[in-house]
Amino acid sequence: MKALTEMNPRVRAGLGFALGALVLFAAAPALLSDFRLSLLAKYLCFAIVAVGIGLAWGRGGLLTLGQGVFFGLGGYAMAMHLKLADAGPGNMPDFMELYGQLDELPAWWAPFADPAFALAATVLLPMLVAFGLGTLVFRRRVRGAYFAILSQALAAAMVILLIGQQGTTGGTNGLTDIDGFFGYDLDDPVNQRMVYFIIAAVLLGLLALTRQLMHSRYGELLVAVRDSEERVRFLGYNPANVKLVAYVVAAGMAGLAGALFVPAVGIISPALIGIVPSIEFVIGVAVGGRAALLGPVLGAVAVAWAKTALSERFPGTWTYLQGAMFVLVVAFLPGGLASLWGMVRRRRETAPAPAPAPEKEAPVLVKGAA
Amino acid sequence: MSGTAGGLTIRGLRVVFDGFVAVDGVDLDVAPGDIRFLIGPNGAGKTTLVDAVTGLVKASGSVRFGERELLGRDVHRIARLGVGRTFQTAALFEELTVLQNLDIAAGAGRGPWTMLRRRGAVPDDVAQALEAIGLADRRDALAGTLAHGQKQWLEIGMLLVQDARLLLLDEPVAGMSHEEREATGELLGKIAADRTVVVIEHDMDFLRRFARTVTVLHAGKVLSEGTVAQVQADPKVQEVYLGHPASHEDAPVAQGAEA
Repeated sequence: MKALTEMNPRVRAGLGFALGALVLFAAAPALLSDFRLSLLAKYLCFAIVAVGIGLAWGRGGLLTLGQGVFFGLGGYAMAMHLKLADAGPGNMPDFMELYGQLDELPAWWAPFADPAFALAATVLLPMLVAFGLGTLVFRRRVRGAYFAILSQALAAAMVILLIGQQGTTGGTNGLTDIDGFFGYDLDDPVNQRMVYFIIAAVLLGLLALTRQLMHSRYGELLVAVRDSEERVRFLGYNPANVKLVAYVVAAGMAGLAGALFVPAVGIISPALIGIVPSIEFVIGVAVGGRAALLGPVLGAVAVAWAKTALSERFPGTWTYLQGAMFVLVVAFLPGGLASLWGMVRRRRETAPAPAPAPEKEAPVLVKGAA
Repeated sequence: MSGTAGGLTIRGLRVVFDGFVAVDGVDLDVAPGDIRFLIGPNGAGKTTLVDAVTGLVKASGSVRFGERELLGRDVHRIARLGVGRTFQTAALFEELTVLQNLDIAAGAGRGPWTMLRRRGAVPDDVAQALEAIGLADRRDALAGTLAHGQKQWLEIGMLLVQDARLLLLDEPVAGMSHEEREATGELLGKIAADRTVVVIEHDMDFLRRFARTVTVLHAGKVLSEGTVAQVQADPKVQEVYLGHPASHEDAPVAQGAEA
C-alpha cells in the first residue's frame, strides 16, 4: 500500500484505469445478471454526469444544480432520432399520431432523422446552451447560491416546456417504447450488453479527459478561480472565461450521458431531468467527494445503487435515507467518501511519530536574489 | 510582455461611495524607478486610491500608466497592461503550491494549447522569482501553510512573474519581524530599478529606510508630498498626525529621521 502511494502518478493512474477497465469490462459482465448489468449501465450514465459536476463544482466551485437540463437535451436529441428511426422514413413517431393533431412532422424534428446530426446534437446542443447561459451569468458575476437557484429554475422551466408541448414532445410520458439503436434491436440481451460496453468505454474515456484537464495548467487555474476569483482577475485573467470552459465541458458530459441513458433504459421523460434528478446528481457527487477524480463516479453509482436496493426493500423511506446520507456526509465528511482514503493514509503515516511542529522561519529573503 | 515603461499619472481622481467622498480630487505623479510611499491616517483614502487605479472601484478623473488611460477598463485588462497589486491580507491560492501560485501569475498571456497541457519544466521567470523571494526550497508547499512573511513575499513574487511594471503594495510588511522587513525593503529596492512602485504603509521606520518619495493623504486629498525630509518638516502633516502643530521631534514621520 505504501508502494502504491509512492508510485509515479502517471503509472498509478494507468494502473487505476486498467483496474477500472477490468472491473467494468470483465468482472461486471461475468458476475451480474442481464437485469443487474442494465441497471449498472444506467448508473454509469449518472456517473458520467457526475464526472462533469466534479469538474465544474469540485474544482470550479460552480454548484450546478441544473444538470438535468443538459442530460435532458442530450437524452431527447437521441430519443428523437431513435423514435424517427423506429417509425421508419416518412412516418411520424407513434405518440404524435396518438394524441397530436399534427398532419406532418414538426420542422424542428426533421433534422434529427439524420444520425450524424442527432449524435452531434446530443453533445453540442447542451454545450451551446451552457455557453450562452454561462456567458450571460458569469460575465454578470452571478455566483454561489444565485447561480444554483438559476440552474434549478432552468431545470423547472425545461420540464414545464416539455409537458406543455405534449403533441411534439410526448409531454409527461416523454419519449418511450424505444426499440432500436442504430439498427440493433434493444430487446436482445446481446445488444443491451453492447450498450453497456459503450457506456463503460465512454465513462473511462471521459475520466481520462477530465484527469488531463484537472492536471493541466487550466485545472490549476480553475482551482484558483474557485478559491479567489478576485485575485485571479488582478493577475490578468477573466475568471468568467475560466468558469465557462468547465461549465460547458460539464454540460457536454451530461448531454452525452443523457444520450446513452436512452438506449440503456428505453425512455427519456421530464421526470428524469427535472429538479429532483438534478439534485440527485449533485448528492451523488457530494457523497463520493466532489474534488476527487473518482469520487463523483463512485458516489453516483453508490447512491443510485442504494436507491434501487433500498427502495426495493423499504419502499417509501428511500427519500429520507437519501436526505440523511447527504446531511451526514456534508456534516462529517465534507470531502466525501473519497477523502476517507486520504484520512486513513495520513493517520497511518503520523501514527508512529507526532506531526512535526512547523519549523521556525528564518528570514532568508534575497539571499540569492538576482 | 505587457505594459509600457512609464510612470503613473493621476489627475483629479475622485471616488464616491453612496455620497461619501473617499478620494477627493487627487493628483499624483510617480516616476519610473521611484518608490513612492502613501501614508495617512485611517480613512485617508489610500487603499481606495489603489482600488481605483486597479479598476476595483469606479472613479472619475484620469489615471494614466505610461500612455494608457486605466479608468473605465476591466480589472483583468488593467492587470494585462502591467499593473499589479497586493492586498493587506495576503490573497493567495492557499490550496495550490507555491510553484502553482507563481505559474498562474506568470500565465495570463498563455494560449489555450499551453493551458490544456500539464506544466513541464519550471519556467525560467518562475524559477528566478522563487530565488528572489527565497522560497525555492518550499516551492511544493501549499501556499496556505506558509508563514505570514513568506505569504507576503510570495505575493511580491507573483507580481514579478506577472511582469507588472507598476506595483501597488498594500501594507507589505504588516506583521513582519524586523529582519523580514529589512529583507522585504531590500527586495523592493532591487525591484524598483526598472519598475514603478507605490507602497501603502503605516510603519514609519520602514518608510524612513526605504521610501524615495512620500505622499501624505488626508480625508481623500493630498496633504503633502516630497522626500521624507520635506514631508516630515511640513507643519500640516504634523497637525494631522498630532492634532496640533508640533515640533519636529514629536511628529511620527520625523522621529529619529536624522539618526
